[in-house]
Amino acid sequence: MFWKKMFGAKDNTPPVEEQIVEEQKEQGFFQKLVSGLEKTKQSFVHQVERIMTGRKVDEELFEELEEILIQADCGVHTSLFLVDQLRERARAEKITEAEELQAVLVEEIVDLLQKNASPLRTPTEKPYVIMVVGVNGAGKTTTIGKLAYRFKQENAKVLLAAGDTFRAGAIEQLQVWGNRVGVEVIAHQEGADPAAVAYDAINAAKARGSDVLILDTAGRLQTKVNLMSELSKVHRVVTRELGRDLDEILLVVDATTGQNALSQGKIFKEAVPLTGIALTKLDGTAKGGIVLALANELDLAVKLVGVGEQYEDLQDFDPSVFAAALFGTAKQ
Amino acid sequence: MAFQNLSSRLQDTMRKLRGKGRLSEKDVDEVLREIRLALLEADVNYKVVRDFIAQVKERATGHEVLSSLTPGQQVIRIVNEELTQLMGGTQTKLTMSSKPPTVIMMVGLQGAGKTTTGSKLARMLKSQGHRPLLVAADIYRPAAIKQLQVLGEQIEVPVFSMGEQNPVDIAKAALSHAQSRNNDVVIIDTAGRLHVDQELMDELVQIKEAVNPAETLLVVDAMTGQDAVNVSQSFNEQLEIGGVILTKLDGDARGGAALSVKAVTGKPIKFVGVSEKMDGLEPFHPDRMASRILGMGDVLTLIEKAASAVDQEQAEKMAAKLMEAEFTLEDFQEQLAQMKQMGPIDQLIGMIPGMSNAKQLQGLEVDDGHLRKIEAIIQSMTPEERRKPELIGGSRRRRIAQGSGTRVQDVNRLLKQFNQTKQMLKQFSGPQKGRRKKGMFSLFQ
Repeated sequence: MFWKKMFGAKDNTPPVEEQIVEEQKEQGFFQKLVSGLEKTKQSFVHQVERIMTGRKVDEELFEELEEILIQADCGVHTSLFLVDQLRERARAEKITEAEELQAVLVEEIVDLLQKNASPLRTPTEKPYVIMVVGVNGAGKTTTIGKLAYRFKQENAKVLLAAGDTFRAGAIEQLQVWGNRVGVEVIAHQEGADPAAVAYDAINAAKARGSDVLILDTAGRLQTKVNLMSELSKVHRVVTRELGRDLDEILLVVDATTGQNALSQGKIFKEAVPLTGIALTKLDGTAKGGIVLALANELDLAVKLVGVGEQYEDLQDFDPSVFAAALFGTAKQ
Repeated sequence: MAFQNLSSRLQDTMRKLRGKGRLSEKDVDEVLREIRLALLEADVNYKVVRDFIAQVKERATGHEVLSSLTPGQQVIRIVNEELTQLMGGTQTKLTMSSKPPTVIMMVGLQGAGKTTTGSKLARMLKSQGHRPLLVAADIYRPAAIKQLQVLGEQIEVPVFSMGEQNPVDIAKAALSHAQSRNNDVVIIDTAGRLHVDQELMDELVQIKEAVNPAETLLVVDAMTGQDAVNVSQSFNEQLEIGGVILTKLDGDARGGAALSVKAVTGKPIKFVGVSEKMDGLEPFHPDRMASRILGMGDVLTLIEKAASAVDQEQAEKMAAKLMEAEFTLEDFQEQLAQMKQMGPIDQLIGMIPGMSNAKQLQGLEVDDGHLRKIEAIIQSMTPEERRKPELIGGSRRRRIAQGSGTRVQDVNRLLKQFNQTKQMLKQFSGPQKGRRKKGMFSLFQ
């Protein structure tokens, strides 16, 4: 959909049958999201419900809530912030029943997530260039594979660039994805200069008339100064060759990561102008509260979430849909 | 505050206590509150923190502290002891079978670092005289087999693979392959999987039953959050792990997972991954880690590193030169090369007592790039210039700067600091001992 809007989209209203298919598909996505969030729901939401049932609002309740939030990886800072918001509202709105407070909590969480929320940018010019960065093992290459699949489904001409020239087997890994999804991959030898790969990829994308170019980069811990400057260099080269800013620079974060995700966000942002976060492996963690910490403490929007191992399990992040899936409230 | 690390956070708190003659219960409470927050921000599991604080509090408010002359010191000692205890007391080694081959199975979540760590382990065992065999049993992740093959080639350890067949069959075949080739250690790299994925967890159980490993090692990312507890618990319940390897400790993760995992599973952390390079695997020392967290420095590791990287004879020669203040830029270049062998400079500095918290180092990114710059400058000098830096006038400086891709100011700075160092050495070795000037360390700033 996203893609059609931009290139060669003539009919804005799809035929009725197609609309139904689309709706079913969306329904399917929602179910995926619900099942992917099952673990979080069990440990986080059910605990919130447990303490919020059949009691009065008191200080003890706030403390228990703080505990649950911290346990969900929301971080001390963000947990205290949320609980303070609730305390304030409970006082102002004279809320005395714990059950009522739960709705307020959901509201506050959605507010927090909505603060910086925005979908992937709409393409304005070919090629639409996405650069994917992150620490080792976050799931960059897999995310790229899934993104490529998604754009391919939308009939876009996709090109991938194997910019991880450091890790053994990384180039092959991306090539396997390329074969699976049926898109081309620009690759050099292992150990080659990643900036040179990016340079070639931009020019190849232009020459071949690709709609989308996705650049992979090697995983790097944010504390490695040299590797971070290498990343800045790759970005510089890409921007120069492209003659404009990249459309998206996504930081891939593993949802099982704790508070270190904040440091990742902060330092990667200093190296390259991040446009958002892709949160992976959310189906495996009972936590994922780091989403809240990221939204609260860094001006970074979560744009994509990975909730399963299937190609289509990488979804756009929509705060209200996310909250609906999590808290089991009716969709929208 | 949010990005301050556990170590500096605890140090701040402890400074308040230091030198206090008496501790009121309120003092202790305040300190414990800070420690609690610091531990939580370090991703230590909530319940683990609660138990830990309770334990420290009991001891800190007891007779032991109040009757002490320096109660502040006592609380620090208790926190240190309890932290060490929490991370597993003394160091534990790998379990080897009495009858070879010893089978080691690497398990863990996706992206924890199993393949890299398995190869590092193979390299370490090889350097200890073993003949390891690596087994590629990750048939799911694209190019995982290829990755292991490339790493195996790098470290010159054979890799057994059978393509994308059933991992249980691969493991069995690898075992008989190892027996026929006389490999005494077999390291099986399994696919990453979520601990909640029952089907894949069952597969691991089957591999385990088929090859009966002496050691099942759970690889845990040091950046893992509160979920570290659930992950290690569920792997342990289903596979009865023998120990844990904590990876990516070279990042700025506070590594709270280390504290949690042992407390919850009762299984020790055996090794830690400290770099992307193949030699970046070190034994885990709970006592050292606790000291490091408390800012007491990790001197033992530093000494060990120095001992393995520095040639004894060379060191003696160097010491003699230093004493006679005959130190030249050539010697300095040699020293730099040795330091590089010891590992990244920021890691080394973190190990020096007091340095991790030193004012002048705060906010300073001690970056190997500086070292490389210095090296480049020295390399762009002629041998004669290195021996007699006083020869280097204006035009030589310009040439050196050009040759090393630096600026004349960089060359000036290096020469100036070198001269200061040399003078300092003279004062040390000469008859009259003068005031200490800026030392060698200022070169890294």
